[in-house]
Amino acid sequence: MSTIGFWISGVVGRTLAYSVPLLLSTLGEIYAERSGILNLGVEGLMSLGAFSAFAVAFFSGNPWLGVVVSGIVAGCASLVHAFCSVTLRTNQVVSGLALGMLGMGISGVLGRDFEGKVLATTLPVFRLPFLSALPGFEKHNVFVYASLGLAVVLWFVLFHTRWGIVIRSVGENPAACDAMGINVTLVRYACVFFGGVLAGLSGAYLSLGYRPSWSYGMTAGIGWLAIALTIFAFWNPLWGMVGAYLFGILYHLSFRFQAQVSPELLNTLPYLFPLVALSFVSRLAARRKVGPPASLGVPYQRGSS
Amino acid sequence: MSCERQEIVVFRDITKIFPPGILANDRVSFGVERGTVHVLLGENGAGKTTLMNILYGIHQPDGGAIVLRGKEVRIPSPRVAIELGIGMVHQHFRLIPNHTVWENVVLGFPRVPHLFPALRARQMIRNLSREYGLDVDPDARVWQLSAGEQQRVEILKALLRKAEILILDEPTSVLTPKDVERLFLVLQRMKEEGKTSLFVTHKFSEVGEIGDRITVLRKGRVVGTVPRGEADFETLAAMMVGEKIALSLPKKALSPGCPLLRVEDLWVLDDRGFPGVRGVSFEVREGEIVGIAGVVGNGQRELTEALAGLRPPSRGRILLGEVDVTAWSPQKVREAGLAYVPEDRRMALVGDMTLAENLFLRDYRKAPFRRGILVDWNKVREHAEEMIATYRIVPPVPQLPVRLLSGGNRQRVILAQVLTSRPRVLVVSNPTAGLDILATDFIHRLFLSLQEEGVGILLVSGDLDEILALSDRVLVLYRGTILGERKRPQSGWSEEDRRDIGMMMGGVPGERLVMVR
Repeated sequence: MSTIGFWISGVVGRTLAYSVPLLLSTLGEIYAERSGILNLGVEGLMSLGAFSAFAVAFFSGNPWLGVVVSGIVAGCASLVHAFCSVTLRTNQVVSGLALGMLGMGISGVLGRDFEGKVLATTLPVFRLPFLSALPGFEKHNVFVYASLGLAVVLWFVLFHTRWGIVIRSVGENPAACDAMGINVTLVRYACVFFGGVLAGLSGAYLSLGYRPSWSYGMTAGIGWLAIALTIFAFWNPLWGMVGAYLFGILYHLSFRFQAQVSPELLNTLPYLFPLVALSFVSRLAARRKVGPPASLGVPYQRGSS
Repeated sequence: MSCERQEIVVFRDITKIFPPGILANDRVSFGVERGTVHVLLGENGAGKTTLMNILYGIHQPDGGAIVLRGKEVRIPSPRVAIELGIGMVHQHFRLIPNHTVWENVVLGFPRVPHLFPALRARQMIRNLSREYGLDVDPDARVWQLSAGEQQRVEILKALLRKAEILILDEPTSVLTPKDVERLFLVLQRMKEEGKTSLFVTHKFSEVGEIGDRITVLRKGRVVGTVPRGEADFETLAAMMVGEKIALSLPKKALSPGCPLLRVEDLWVLDDRGFPGVRGVSFEVREGEIVGIAGVVGNGQRELTEALAGLRPPSRGRILLGEVDVTAWSPQKVREAGLAYVPEDRRMALVGDMTLAENLFLRDYRKAPFRRGILVDWNKVREHAEEMIATYRIVPPVPQLPVRLLSGGNRQRVILAQVLTSRPRVLVVSNPTAGLDILATDFIHRLFLSLQEEGVGILLVSGDLDEILALSDRVLVLYRGTILGERKRPQSGWSEEDRRDIGMMMGGVPGERLVMVR
């Protein structure tokens, strides 16, 4: 293989690998926000997922069991947020942040003994027919391929099925949905739970596949990026995929040019990116081309509107 | 007995109490006959909407029962109501502005396929539209539709779900007269199909046109049910209010003086950055009431906010007397003699502050309320008591938080606030929206007496009756421009004037686009 071909396949491969957790947690957050619930606890849920996946895989020797448990743990943890924001109608920013800190804290405390431990078996990598013929797609674990497919499926569900109409409608105008006999509470719980599951899985990918180990803070702000990317993606899974890969490639390229660019500057990227994305989106939203779901962050109470 | 069997819905002693003990419905009993339009008439707060929400499963009654098709039913949620063949068009539409018509219509509707529901939905909407004369484009986004079209979408939603009983809560409040006619035709068509409509309104002028039977509610109780033609407006009004009131206003023919407010080629952007007011010019003279008629959302808010200094115009000039006040701050505009009563009363009041505090809110910097850097609370109290007496604010308690007042009394507080500084020009936006007859009458009479004192009033209202009752001149605002103007004839407004103005509100320019006749 030529040098340039080798370089391209290296960049694509690392970008794909790096973008997976960002993409998964963004897809989850898109669904939660489409139903009207802002979940700022993504980072903590990812951390919980990463830790629980690692711990289960470490003891059982089975990484797949770790994947399943991470989804369940993070999904259930996100129900705390759903309970607060849907049932108790608390401020979603506060309860989301609290959940995030709780997740970080719990995984940090329980995970202390696992720091630096090595897994016996990690997630296997494999080739897919056709797709793996492309440069950079040679061999990855299941998450890389599945997240690609998931983005497309979730886009389809959101815009071309009855379920999608219900989810989007609940986020726009829950009173209208209630009047049409839709269980607003159930839809919101389900979407928040689903978002939690995806955040947990993205954590599992980190601790079982991407960098098979556990260390506190290994989520490295990806959960926060996901929240920004949700806005950047106009709450659309396909744009979420574009955004995740765009950010992945930026991140990877800057990593490659580490000799030229100071690492401190690179470390600011997760924080600079949301600011740029937000200012960009707010200009568009002002012209009403796109905007957040109209009831995002607003608790619903029957008969109060 | 055969008569009994025809009653599709019977309310039997329905009682509803809201915390902390407000009796919204008090043993309400009456029957609705199948295949009729039944009007539920009453003032705001009479309990009409509460009763309808009970029928639609939004609220649960604390006592009594609903008998549907001869059987007693419990309706715990709107879903059950829909299953029982009940549909409801709420006063504030339950639509999703960012979604398309078909997406709104099939929301929660089981009889479209799970995948690609659009294909089947479009077809069903087209068929129903044709059947009932409810034409809307299934692929239009709801925010692009007029209020009349949005209402048609709501009716489609109900009809698609095979509603046999359609509740319409204040359906005409946002419609142009033309759209009202179309709505009545749809209801007529539904009647022919054997469907029943429950038509909730506080406007007794509509009752005779559409209602087969009329039930009047007052303070949560049924005053009586009368068939069409057995009660005239005066009787119905008396039933609604509980006392005889005069429906006509003492409107005098005055000759207006010199111009107080002049607006020249005004352009104002709306919240989305589009021009909401597009090149509007007019003037308001001393002792003149100028009405701005038009359906809500045609630039009224942008216009009044620009006049009050709340929204800087993008082009044009606003002159108060000879002074150019364009883009002045609200406070400076007010001090120059223009008072503004916003449509949203929450914009003018602080709910948790007391009556007395709200009444001097605009003048706290000035004598006699100011004493150095302190407030002279005795003066504040005296002022409040005076205002309470003048404007007959109930309850007359200066230390009561304003949020506990009724809508009518809140509006009196706002008028007391803005009139304290003796403005030369008064800009009011929907001053009686949501108010009962007595409060409306008080406010209308107040405007007429201000007019006699020489105040120039710009009355912006979506209620054509109100505009015609008060205005000397009427301008019709449509999509941000003035589509036409009518001057009040010596003999008062004719039916022809009314129809012309109504047509212009719907975007059809009158054939006689002349200022003076």
